[in-house]
Formats: sequence, structure tokens, C-alpha cells
Amino acid sequence: MQQTTGKMKLAELETNFERKIQAEEKIEPRDAMPEAYRLHLIRQISQHAHSEVIGMQPEGNWLLRAPSLRSKQILLAKIQDEGGHGLYLYSAAETLGISREEMIRQLHEGKAKYSNIFNYPTLTWADIGAIGWLVDGAAIVNQVALQRTSFGPYARAMFRICKEESFHQRQGYEIMATMMKGTPEQKKMAQDAMNRWWWPSLMMFGPHDSDSPHSGDAFKWKIKRKSNDELRQKFIDKTVQQAYVIGLTIPDPLLKWNEDKQGYDHGPIDWSEFKNVISGNGPCNRQRMEHHKFWHEEGKWVREAADAYKKRISTLN
Amino acid sequence: MDTQLDLWEVFVQGKSGGQFMHAGSVHASDKEMALKYARDLYTRRNEGSAIWVVLSNNIVSSAPEDAEMFFDPANDKIYRHPTFYTMPEGALQI
Repeated sequence: MQQTTGKMKLAELETNFERKIQAEEKIEPRDAMPEAYRLHLIRQISQHAHSEVIGMQPEGNWLLRAPSLRSKQILLAKIQDEGGHGLYLYSAAETLGISREEMIRQLHEGKAKYSNIFNYPTLTWADIGAIGWLVDGAAIVNQVALQRTSFGPYARAMFRICKEESFHQRQGYEIMATMMKGTPEQKKMAQDAMNRWWWPSLMMFGPHDSDSPHSGDAFKWKIKRKSNDELRQKFIDKTVQQAYVIGLTIPDPLLKWNEDKQGYDHGPIDWSEFKNVISGNGPCNRQRMEHHKFWHEEGKWVREAADAYKKRISTLN
Repeated sequence: MDTQLDLWEVFVQGKSGGQFMHAGSVHASDKEMALKYARDLYTRRNEGSAIWVVLSNNIVSSAPEDAEMFFDPANDKIYRHPTFYTMPEGALQI
């Protein structure tokens, strides 16, 4: 995009940024913004985009083994949505002046992260249910709050994603509910998936507020609107009832309703596991990255051919 | 050198007769590809009846920091609004 030249002084521009943040106005790509704000957003939005794209892998694992044509069509549509969500988010990040090539390079070099949750394997069909219900459920809680984030393109991407995401959660819950009405083996599979995905889902919200390294600035700039613990609490409170309705047990013996806070208290989260997985030692970290790199390389000739075609038709016109 | 192709802006018309609204961006190397990608990305749930795509480089934008000066000519012309005028009491349907 081309832009006519602005004539304001730097100090004025910074005051303007502060004023907009205070007034709950959105910051747009062409507005002046502190460099740290820009970098914080690039880190957060590109991580979010990579998560959507890497998240297609554990689900893709079941595409050819879905138990019916109906479930295969649904899963395909869901995975396509996740790819789309990645693209919305890459576009939002690009408005901050980073190229898509650079974001992908940072992912491949391990400089940019993606959500830890996708480093766990999908062992049975019930895992597809658990991902839709729990992982997408946790993502929705986070993303609904982010619809009010201060950067316009990010907020708009969140708005679009939230509209599409509720089908994902419902299809996952439907799978779990169906299996809980099935044979003893199917019920066992559903409970086993619940047991493996519950704690990693809680970890998706990040460290406790008392131990969250990036929160200060993010709150000040209204990038983040609710704290990790607030969001986690919201997720637990709505999910426990849903588990109960279909007969699943929450794998937390210390989970207990707290009348005073009108919410559940939960047992301690094993952050050593979180740190272990995030530092590269999860069950699927290597596989996820190798898969992404491999197919990125495999698709190179398609991009080159498209580029050559563009050049060819431009000489014909 | 890796390429992620050119950046295009996508405008979608929801219902025929309605206005085209900016929906987002796509990467594509030519206009047919841009249209198809825009369809797959922004109209998976029947959100569109028509799509425009335009290379982002061809869009010219005003500078936000100039907004006050740039839109100033409209500020003092309240007589362009119907509520500016005093209507005689009792006149109907005006």
C-alpha cells in the first residue's frame, strides 16, 4: 500500500498512541506505535498463526481413518478452517511490517514458537473429540477475550475466527458424547483422551499470573484484556459441567466447587512438564517441525511455477 | 530465495446489490489465483455473492496523522445535513 506523507512530530505521535489506547480506540497499521508494542504483537500474532497451521497436523493424522464419511467431511472442513485461521493471522502480522517469508523462517529456525498443545500425539479417534472440545474450547475462551485487543487487524481476525470456531468445539463434544454412549471400550477411549488432554489444555493459558513474564506491557497496551488465570478459570468453570453431562471424569482429584468465588478450585498444574515440552522434549516436537519444513520445501516448485507464470503472462499483456 | 507470492486485498459483496466490504488479504501470483484463494478463504460459509481482488500495492491510503487537516473541509459545513434547516411547524412528510 502507498501512503501520502504525514507531517506530525514524534512526540505528538506518541501522545496520539496513548490517547487512542486510553479511549479504547483501535490502533491501525499506519498509526504510530512504540517499537516494543509492534514487536510484542509480531511475536504474539505470528505464534498464534503458527499454532493454527501446526495444529492441522494432529488432526490430519485421523483424516484417512475417520469412522464415517460424515466425520471425514467434518474433519476436513475443520482442518481447512484452521489453515484459514492461520492465513488471517499471518495477514494481520504482515501489516506490522514483517513478511510471511520471514515468519516462516523464524518458525523453522525455532525463533518463533507455536502452542505447546500440538506437541502431543492423537492416539485414538477420541483424541479428535478431545481436541475439538477441550483444545478448541480453551482457544475460544482466549480468542473471545482477544476480540477486544487494541490492534485493529488482530481484533478483526479474532472476530472472524471466533465466528467459525464454535462449530469446531461442538463437533469435538459430539464425538465425545457419542463415544460415551458406545461400548465399554469406546467409553474407556473417551476417558483416556480426557485424561491425557485435560492438563495440557489448562496449560494452554500459560503460566500463573504471578509468574507471567510478558503480561505487564501487554495489559498496559490493552493487547491482553484478561489474565491467564482468569481465562483458565473461565474455561474450567464451563467445561466441568459439560464433562459431567456426558459422564466423563475430570482427572483432578482436588477439583472442587468453591461457593465463595462461584467457581472451581483445581489441583496444582505440573509446570515441569510444560517447561519440558516447550523446550523441545514433548512427544511430537521434532515430528511437527520436520513435517512443516519438508512440505514447505516440497511446495517450493509450485510457488516458483506460479511466479514464472506471472512473469510470462505479464509479457503477453 | 523463497517467495510467498504477491499480496492482494479482498473485497466481498455479501448479497447482490449490497456494497463490497474489505474482508482481508490473500497471497497469490496472478488474478485468477487471487480470486480462487479469496473465495476459499473468505466465503466458505456463503458469505459472498461477488468478490473483488486488487493488488495491495495499487491501493493509496491517506495518512492517519493527517486526518484532522485532511478532512477539515467537511468540518464547518453543517448546512449539508438535513437537521440544519428549520421547518415550518405543521409541515408533514419533509
